Amino acid sequence: MRAEAPVREQPREHPMESLLRMDRIPHIWCPTCGIGTALTAFAAALEEREIAADSVSIVSGIGCTGRVAGYTKLDSYHTTHGRAVPFAVGLHLANPSLKVVVFSGDGDLVGIGGNHFIHAARRNVDLTVVCVNNFLYAMTGGQAAATSPLTANTSTSPYGNFERPFNLPLLAASSGAVYVARWTALHIRRLTKAFGEALEKRGFSLVEVIAPCSTLYARRNRLGTGLDLMKFYHDNSEIRHGADPNDLDIGFQEKIICGKFVDIERPTFLDAMNQRYREVFGDEYQEYGGSHG
Amino acid sequence: MKADPKGVLTGAHYIDGNFAIAEGALAAECRFFAGYPITPSTEIAERFVERIPLVGGVFVQMEDELGSMNAVLGASWGGAKSMTCTSGPGFSLMMENFGLGLMLETPCVVVNVQRGGPSTGLPTLPGQGDMMQARWGSHGDYEVIALAPDSPQEGFELAIDAFNLSERYRMPVLVMTDECVGHMTEKVVIPAAEEIELEPRRYTKKPPGQFLPYEVGEDLVPDAPYPGKGYRFHVTGLTHDERGYPVINEEAQDKLVRRLVDKVKKNADNIMRYEEADIDGADVVVVSYGITSRVVKPALAKAKKKGIKVGELRLVVVWPFPEGRIRELAGSVGAFVVPELNLGQVVLEVERCAAGKCRTIPVTHAGGGVHDPDVIFEAIKEAAK
Amino acid sequence: MKFWRTPLDVDRLKIPHGQVYIIKDRCKGCGFCVEYCPRGALEMSDEFNAKGYHPPRVTDDSLCVNCNLCEMLCPEFAIFCVPKEQTEAGEVKHVEG
Repeated sequence: MRAEAPVREQPREHPMESLLRMDRIPHIWCPTCGIGTALTAFAAALEEREIAADSVSIVSGIGCTGRVAGYTKLDSYHTTHGRAVPFAVGLHLANPSLKVVVFSGDGDLVGIGGNHFIHAARRNVDLTVVCVNNFLYAMTGGQAAATSPLTANTSTSPYGNFERPFNLPLLAASSGAVYVARWTALHIRRLTKAFGEALEKRGFSLVEVIAPCSTLYARRNRLGTGLDLMKFYHDNSEIRHGADPNDLDIGFQEKIICGKFVDIERPTFLDAMNQRYREVFGDEYQEYGGSHG
Repeated sequence: MKADPKGVLTGAHYIDGNFAIAEGALAAECRFFAGYPITPSTEIAERFVERIPLVGGVFVQMEDELGSMNAVLGASWGGAKSMTCTSGPGFSLMMENFGLGLMLETPCVVVNVQRGGPSTGLPTLPGQGDMMQARWGSHGDYEVIALAPDSPQEGFELAIDAFNLSERYRMPVLVMTDECVGHMTEKVVIPAAEEIELEPRRYTKKPPGQFLPYEVGEDLVPDAPYPGKGYRFHVTGLTHDERGYPVINEEAQDKLVRRLVDKVKKNADNIMRYEEADIDGADVVVVSYGITSRVVKPALAKAKKKGIKVGELRLVVVWPFPEGRIRELAGSVGAFVVPELNLGQVVLEVERCAAGKCRTIPVTHAGGGVHDPDVIFEAIKEAAK
Repeated sequence: MKFWRTPLDVDRLKIPHGQVYIIKDRCKGCGFCVEYCPRGALEMSDEFNAKGYHPPRVTDDSLCVNCNLCEMLCPEFAIFCVPKEQTEAGEVKHVEG
């Protein structure tokens, strides 16, 4: 643990500091990693929408993105690999007054956590899921993930990945998510807006953030650094709101389609539960507001 | 605090062990259940979901046991008393996150209605083969609390005790029953709500800013933060310090893991529970738990008729194991006879504690039924020689 | 600003100005802020911070228009801008890049 480096030449503090655990900054992410940018957008969205930080709980899994919980100054839970979503489901259902955000990586959420991801979307549990997609398992050294593009070089696909990756917006939409958007870390303002919309949306919302991984994805595929990847996003991303999720596959160093693809209304898990029990039990049923003491 | 009458089905009932456990949980103010169907535990889930709409709470059938265990932990952090139920194969799946519950120090209850194993085994027949798994199933060093009811009535009572223990020591607590107790139908008397004593959650008295999630007092148990009230705490499954922040080095590991272990070990005297009969002057003591402790009764009666001085020690709390008592008895008895519905698990503990001062005779059974009492009787006879 | 015709209200235009603050020792030299500042107000410096990275420096104090893009893009929370007092646009300035 390093002592905080002496700060020179700045009479004021960074505006995000109230939402960061300053005793743990600087964080562990590599130079030109996009996770810090995603976190900045998230903090900005909380402020922009004036969402009370006390009511927000953030749950993350294992991985580089999973470390986000450790740096955010909210009620934060750093759980086991792939299990951030079910933990969040339990947390929210026991205490619906909490706004629960799952902030985790592509490997954690749709690799090992895939089953929980699709079922939580199916049930439409009121969660905001942020999936930072850097196309591999970064923390453990750059292994192939369910989102690695075809032909990408990773440490477990050293001759080029031959497995077709998931198309996350399609996965989420077909599972029943009510809000699905994808932005890159470069589309910082639209990303912030998407976070805000997802936070305020009732139901299972997914925001996929395409983020650069310098040390592993960029280096192994000889794409330069994270800055070069950001330049790639600049030149190769196309905004297509309302695009058909079937068209949103990402090829290796090919066009990335961004935008808001799904924004619908569906009863949440608790809505459906309350409605069913009211139908069956009539006035005898007391609408569920939280199990907590 | 007294139980909330809403969840207490006061009266005399004729229900099976699984239903009794579900009623015990509701009486203990469990208001969140996340589980996955697995024979022979499913009736606990089914009873809970039937009752919960009018008691007030949430039941969610998760997509698998891994999700169930995590949802239970999350719900507990949200403020609810929560539980899940499973059997052998699901118990194995829950192990990693059972460990997360221990590491995060999360109160909750996990019920394992044991069946014949290993693997898919005998889904509809009893076994007691998960007892060591209950103790060592997750990775790393830790201590557990595991209770073993021998009847539906005791299933009701121990379910409440499990919740109380989990709140007092802030950890997941196991209820290790079996298909036989789970599916046997007997009279269960549920008392009035005022007669049921519950342990409230140990919420911190400190304000946000002064609260540290893993700061402990003499009992080595940390207090809980209120979620959503500005405590802005951080908890992690990584080795951590009092602040809850991950600290990856030897000193932090030593401090944390030893405390987690000592939390149970140093409080073991308040947690251990066993029942004894005819121990004074006994030459043989039969140590058993769960359904087997009922099967030994005819064997004991037969042995006593033959003039054998045999005593009985029934483990109600199997883990932490009553080492001290076994060590003490080993000095005065000739042998322990330990019948179990497995090929020798808790008997290893008895043997370890006896330390050679007396014989330890297992009466094994691979599972799928209960012992023939005569087999146990023969073992007692053998032990008395 | 480069205009192809002068807007009718150009004398009432208020161009915001910002003051950039750089927390040098947090910077990991990624270059996002330099690359994406729309006004070219930043460049990588030659100095080293405590961790051995080159933090950015402001090229021209008057260029910053407080768009906050550097603040938003920085992964390290190492740079931010706050509004300076605003000035009336007395004349149209042509800026390259």
